[in-house]
Amino acid sequence: MKLRGMNERIRNLRKESVTTDPRIYMERADLMTDAYMKYDGTVSIPEMRALAFKHFMENKTLCINDGELIVGEKGDGPQKSPTFPELCCHTLEDMKIMNDRELISFKVSEEDFKLQEEKIIPYWKDRSIRTRILNSMTDEWKACYESGIFTEFMEQRGPGHTVGSTAIYENGFKDYKEKIRNQIESLDFLNDSEAVSKHEQLKAMDITCDAIIILGERYAALARDMAEKETDPVRKEELLQIAKNCDVVPANKPETYWQAIQMYWFVHLGVTTEINPWDAFSPGRLDQHLYPFYKNEVSKGRLDDEKALELLQCLWVKFNNQPAPPKVGVTLKESSTYTDFANINTGGITADGQDGVNEVSYLILDCMDEMKLLQPSSNVQISRKTPKHFLKKACEVSRKGWGQPAFYNTEAIIQELLNAGKTIEDARLGGTSGCIETGAFGNEAYILTGYFNLPKILELTLNNGYDAVNKKQLGLKLGYAEDFKSYEELFDAYKKQIKYFVDIKMQGSNVIETIYAKYMPSPFLSVITNDCISRGKDYNAGGARYNTNYLQGVGIGTITDSLSAIKYNVYDNNRFTMKELMEALKDNFAGHDLISHLVRNKTPKYGNDDDYADGIMQEVFNAYKETVNGRPNMKGGEYRINMLPTTCHVYFGEVMLASPNGRLAHKPLSEGISPEKGADTLGPSAVIRSASKMDHLSTGGTLLNQKFTPSVVKGEEGLDNMANLVRSYFNMDGHHIQFNVIDKEILIKAQNNPEEYKDLIVRVAGYSDHFRNLSKALQDEIIGRTEQSFGTIAE
Amino acid sequence: MNQALVLNIQRFSIHDGEGIRTTIFFKGCGLHCKWCHNPESQNYKMQIMRYEERCKKCVACIRACPNNAVKKLDGKIILDRDKCHACGICVDYCAYNSLEIAGKYYTSDELVDIVKKDNIIYEESGGGVTLSGGEVMSQSIEFLLELCKKLKKIGIHIYIDTCGFAPVESYRKIAPYVDTFLYDIKTLDVEKHRQFIGEGLEVILNNLIEINKFSSNINIRIPIIGQVNDELDGMSNIANWLLENKIKVQCINLLPYHNTGSTKYERLGLSYDHESMAVPEQWKMEDIKNIFKEKGFQNIKVGG
Repeated sequence: MKLRGMNERIRNLRKESVTTDPRIYMERADLMTDAYMKYDGTVSIPEMRALAFKHFMENKTLCINDGELIVGEKGDGPQKSPTFPELCCHTLEDMKIMNDRELISFKVSEEDFKLQEEKIIPYWKDRSIRTRILNSMTDEWKACYESGIFTEFMEQRGPGHTVGSTAIYENGFKDYKEKIRNQIESLDFLNDSEAVSKHEQLKAMDITCDAIIILGERYAALARDMAEKETDPVRKEELLQIAKNCDVVPANKPETYWQAIQMYWFVHLGVTTEINPWDAFSPGRLDQHLYPFYKNEVSKGRLDDEKALELLQCLWVKFNNQPAPPKVGVTLKESSTYTDFANINTGGITADGQDGVNEVSYLILDCMDEMKLLQPSSNVQISRKTPKHFLKKACEVSRKGWGQPAFYNTEAIIQELLNAGKTIEDARLGGTSGCIETGAFGNEAYILTGYFNLPKILELTLNNGYDAVNKKQLGLKLGYAEDFKSYEELFDAYKKQIKYFVDIKMQGSNVIETIYAKYMPSPFLSVITNDCISRGKDYNAGGARYNTNYLQGVGIGTITDSLSAIKYNVYDNNRFTMKELMEALKDNFAGHDLISHLVRNKTPKYGNDDDYADGIMQEVFNAYKETVNGRPNMKGGEYRINMLPTTCHVYFGEVMLASPNGRLAHKPLSEGISPEKGADTLGPSAVIRSASKMDHLSTGGTLLNQKFTPSVVKGEEGLDNMANLVRSYFNMDGHHIQFNVIDKEILIKAQNNPEEYKDLIVRVAGYSDHFRNLSKALQDEIIGRTEQSFGTIAE
Repeated sequence: MNQALVLNIQRFSIHDGEGIRTTIFFKGCGLHCKWCHNPESQNYKMQIMRYEERCKKCVACIRACPNNAVKKLDGKIILDRDKCHACGICVDYCAYNSLEIAGKYYTSDELVDIVKKDNIIYEESGGGVTLSGGEVMSQSIEFLLELCKKLKKIGIHIYIDTCGFAPVESYRKIAPYVDTFLYDIKTLDVEKHRQFIGEGLEVILNNLIEINKFSSNINIRIPIIGQVNDELDGMSNIANWLLENKIKVQCINLLPYHNTGSTKYERLGLSYDHESMAVPEQWKMEDIKNIFKEKGFQNIKVGG
């Protein structure tokens, strides 16, 4: 079912989306400030948040872009990014940096600066949550935060990272109002000490329903207005249909496929302008949500695949029009991207456990293939029941080398959710959002709290808890490297330091969580998250059915290889002493060629299916897991680990000196659960075997990147190779895998930096070889050839 | 415990038979094809390979060598291969990776353990193990039987990739455990065979006739070397011979010559005959393919 390319409408919309420079959009800050000034102190905090949200929806500038079929922007046009001064009040310096920085910049106009200086800063400077949070943190927490031991997700963005309930496809916000009214009526003011706070919360939720209904009505009116002035009869008709759609949703439940998509989009706008939740907000299992609408209309002849695809493409443009809110400082470093991680799950299984792939799933694959947009992130869930045809189709898109779709293991996700105490029904409806984070869609607040720098803690352990980079005593004083008489003593100290720093991190997170629960409720998000209404509780205060906090471990490859380098060379084989190693680290390996060689080239490493190294990986992983998993958070849920980095492995590397595995000072750490760059030399099967020795099912997700040269994935056999690798890894309980097809550019880099690309294997003639081991002339030839074979793939 | 010398074990091997396989390259071969792209696979002993361009002349290898096999002469590091026992000590002490050791001894149990690691991948892809070389069939047949029996016991699919130059008795013994033979034929011209490959054409052809009695899964692999065996007549002869002897050919792979192995000769201190071989033209490969097609062969592929 391969459809033709984008039509002219989509080409134009896509072009506008990808060529417009991101800008700051100040209207939200302005309106929110007015509302806070008006209501603060006169109503409860949840009501005030809801009234401010309503004020914004009533007054924000609307826009319907040329030709679009799905309407609504967070700002007043594409690539306009609202600010959230109640969470993070940017200084003028922040805004100047945003405007001037080379990467991930946001343009700020003169008027924007003026408004920020004269109105926003004076009101929010001391009131923003960020100020409150930083004032509430201990000195230990601050020292760790500044030294890159961990990051803090909530310091300038709100908790979010979720997928709403599927109920939005069966209920309009009028229906939600009804549910809220019933809940208020059932409050027991005689016996329930929480009745008053529940009442405040429910009233707030009700107000946000009004707010989103108003937004829909305003869009209907605008579309009618534009239709009246429109001279092109085709567009006029479209605008009238948009108006009719907005008459229906979001006030009422959607009746058509088009309205269902518009419904989702209004909800998305509501969630992402109420607060700036980490990892935006995701549609979840979009193919399953849209399928009943699609099927109904196709059977009646009112919808065909061409139209259905076009509407999906319009939605894709909408996602891409919304860059992640501008970030500053460490938060920018840990997530240095415009991507806001709205993640769409395709495939998987249905609520009753049947194969979930349907016609819309294939349309979504076509859509991602044709659109090739940064956002939304798109993935496929592959279950044992997923047809091979679908898997191979996804591989076909993936091998084009731009990283999408990523592949997720449905059975692993379900097991992870069951292990975390969810019911089987809720687990089957779950999936992944953000990067790779597992959640019970519609029923769970699963909050990322921050990244945790596993290799940095070894650096401190070897230095008696002292951070030589920031010149501070951060950790426990458990001795210096040479004091540890055995590997076991060293590892024991490492575990104690992990526990010490996790405690500091969690204590901070618990305080922050409490601050959000109290001062930054999200009543709109609560309406569309199951159980918040029935519990009369906010999403940020434990209203959702499940409440999980994730702490993301970073650098498992680097820490494993570093410990392996010490254990193998210092303790097991006496190839050099700890003193010599510490000297080498201090000198960044300069003048220590032999030690450098031994730790880089002659030491067991993670990623080679070598039990010596992989055993160390398991020990580190288990130590981290046991320290984190199961500890209570402030919302009645638990902390759990997952293993992903976004871009934090680069930042965490910056704050570190050389590490025992031969990694030089300030260079990036390994990413996700992938091996350290260049450490894996035995190919993809050894990598997935090593990775599968980690207990994925006890995490909330892991991230594995796999590189391929184009020749491995060429032709029908290449698709089989990819599909077989995915299935094999998933049979081993792997959570996620994504593919990078190595292009010419990477081969050129590998030619210039052979040490960093030691693992790169290329097909030569009737055999394969390590790229680094080929003569320059042959490398050149392969670089030329790769381009050629890549051309064949692109047909 | 018996051991065999293995040059390399390649996992995720996708060009040596069906599915995703693990290919074990045994070291040592009775033939000496001039175009061999893995010259380090010919010798039955462990060997040191030198990457001259990486050497920083630090003389750590000279100090490390227990046999005085390394010397510095006129600013160059010279390895006396007669004195070298390939013990590998210098390899560990070379901080610049300019030395590698070719060959490692494995017991059959160790090989089975490595092969087993990718069981899930074989099951998913229909793969298995490919025993290759060098020349696998010129290894100790007792060792091979032991290995193949152990692999079969756990249900591993076995390919043997052979040049055919080994005792006929070995083929008879191993055949019951082999799912598919990948069998090389280069030329039927005795003189050319002697000049470019070595003795043994008769042995090779007889062995194929013998295998044909036991096995119905034979893939013929023909390396095509420009200026050596790329004439259409010669290829026609091969096709006719296969037909006359009723060889049950499943598939024919025509492997175009590539001079990519030439730098490896330098690393082993060997010379490479650049003059007498050439990369065959694309059209010639097509013509050769057509010869086999016209004679009624199925599944003819250019490349592995």
